[in-house]
Amino acid sequence: MVSIQGIGVKQRIYARWKASLRHRIRRISPGRVVTHIFMILLILFTSLPLVYLASTAFKPLDELYIFPPKFLAMRPTFENFSSLFTALSSTEVPFTRYLYNSLLVSVLTVLGTVMVSSMGAFGLVKYKPPCADFIFNLVVAALMFPTAVTQIPSYLVVNNLHLINTYASLIIPKLAVAYNLFLMKQFIEQTPNELIESAKIDGAKPFTIYWKIILPLLKPAVFTLIVFAFQSSWNDYFSPLIYTTSEAMKTVTLAIQTISGGTTDLARAGAVAAASLVTIIPTIIVFLIMQSGVIETMAYSGIKS
Amino acid sequence: MKIAFLQGESGGKAAGFEEWYQGRGWKELSIYMTDRNEATEFQPKLHPGKKGRFAAHWAKYGTGYLFLAPFIILFTIFVIVPFFVSLGLSFTYYNMLEPPEWIGLNNYKLLFLEDDVFLIGVKNTLIFAFITGPIGYFASFFAAWAINELKTRKFLSLAFYAPSITSSVAVSVIWLYIFSPDRYGLINNLLIKLGFLTATEPILWTSNPKTIMPVIMVVSIWMSMGTGFLVFLAGLQNMPGELYDAANMDGVKNVFQKLWYITLPMMKPQLLFGAVNSIVNSFNVFAVATTIAGFPSPNYAGHTIVAHLYDYAFIRFEMGYASTIAVFLFVLTFLLGRICMKVFSSKDTY
Repeated sequence: MVSIQGIGVKQRIYARWKASLRHRIRRISPGRVVTHIFMILLILFTSLPLVYLASTAFKPLDELYIFPPKFLAMRPTFENFSSLFTALSSTEVPFTRYLYNSLLVSVLTVLGTVMVSSMGAFGLVKYKPPCADFIFNLVVAALMFPTAVTQIPSYLVVNNLHLINTYASLIIPKLAVAYNLFLMKQFIEQTPNELIESAKIDGAKPFTIYWKIILPLLKPAVFTLIVFAFQSSWNDYFSPLIYTTSEAMKTVTLAIQTISGGTTDLARAGAVAAASLVTIIPTIIVFLIMQSGVIETMAYSGIKS
Repeated sequence: MKIAFLQGESGGKAAGFEEWYQGRGWKELSIYMTDRNEATEFQPKLHPGKKGRFAAHWAKYGTGYLFLAPFIILFTIFVIVPFFVSLGLSFTYYNMLEPPEWIGLNNYKLLFLEDDVFLIGVKNTLIFAFITGPIGYFASFFAAWAINELKTRKFLSLAFYAPSITSSVAVSVIWLYIFSPDRYGLINNLLIKLGFLTATEPILWTSNPKTIMPVIMVVSIWMSMGTGFLVFLAGLQNMPGELYDAANMDGVKNVFQKLWYITLPMMKPQLLFGAVNSIVNSFNVFAVATTIAGFPSPNYAGHTIVAHLYDYAFIRFEMGYASTIAVFLFVLTFLLGRICMKVFSSKDTY
């Protein structure tokens, strides 16, 4: 560093500027460059197929089969979407019905599971009943259950409860998920006890404590849970497959299989792409909304006692 | 047990204490027996009387049980009970029309000794899990870490997480187009243009048993990158900044050192969670495989354990045998999960 004594203002400034430049260049280390390159490649890999899906959805019929295939639609049109929403000759059920089903089921599932999981984790962590350890180990073990293990008997249970082909069959089994409780538990453990104690001293009832103190503290976890639960419910096509028997109760994801009509059949690629896009959008929207919530709350959260 | 001394007394038992003591019931005396440093609220002490103990126990833990109840009830009905039913069914022959018929270990014998397709499925699933699992895991961690270092967080997060939000069914349209087995498919088209293939010999991506596996792996990696990504991102953002400052002062040179010595150890719980998640997901693959390769796939090249299970359960309606497969899958996943826990044990967090 240049000695400051006896040097003019201009030279001092120049020295500092050169140092800052050195600092900036040092920040562009090879490690960083490589990181950036990898990131860009990864991002391309992950987003290109989706961009292509979006562009296919907007292509008019004649552009779907041109050879060599083009990436972006030359004359974008809403044809595919309109045909999707107004006329689906192969089924008697309008497409909007599927959307409604999916939406209803997913929203109710999300609300339900957030309540059930956070209440359960609250009871487990803050009240520590004697069986807490056993329950927690059970839940952790259940994390590793493959879905197949519980699916078949679940069907038998739902059948015996006479819930086949109702919305309840799509919602209720999804409410108590080990993963969700686990997530909530991790977060709740980080909340400070002092808040709860001071609330108790102030005479708050347990449910008020839960509602007004714990839930706000859990915001990042709740938002993450909302994203996960919504997505898992929306994208699940196996549950509707085994639990719904009538066309009118199907969800969007299941319905797409009917529409797509075969794996290598490109004949209705436009309609399928449009349907797929419509299917993907709600999950993305939920993610975007929750994400800003997640990031914000994480920025402001200082879990300081 | 602290006994409050009577007012105005000092040291030793005061006069009149014995009479006072004898004249009081246990309920009043118990008020003087709580240790105020422990309790956050005033609690009656447990008294050796059955009804009293239950009441006290309930007073202390009651609301806890109430909060826990919805979850436990639903969890038992839809997770625990089905699990044991599955276990039980695996020892029976059950075709949904007649009541289950006990056949002991027959299913297991058949499964391991005589079912070749199952062994193919196991092989496929293992290859699959051990390649896509770690790759997806590292990729999502790497992305979470890199995104954390950059500033355009929101957009990048979306771009990175979007694949796993989509369902494989919806996106299969695209992937089937990319890997389409005729010369119109994107990749085939590219290769033909570049001269690697002649126009009459496109690679039959989804029909050739040799290429089916790699195709499914690519699609699955694509879809699995978001698994755990959010958890990692959350974990990274919750790291206390002081650690990094301290590290800078101690002379940590570049970003990678920071990563290895500080970030990773602090994130052990999240790493464990992501690992277990990734294993469970990679063993569960079924929808991706069938959408791309068809069901059954040529030469069973895309056959996974879950596909085998589905085959027996919902096509042949042999629930007993299908349950056997499910139990096997569970044991496998559980063992691997346990190993992960040992590796990532977070008992030594600060």
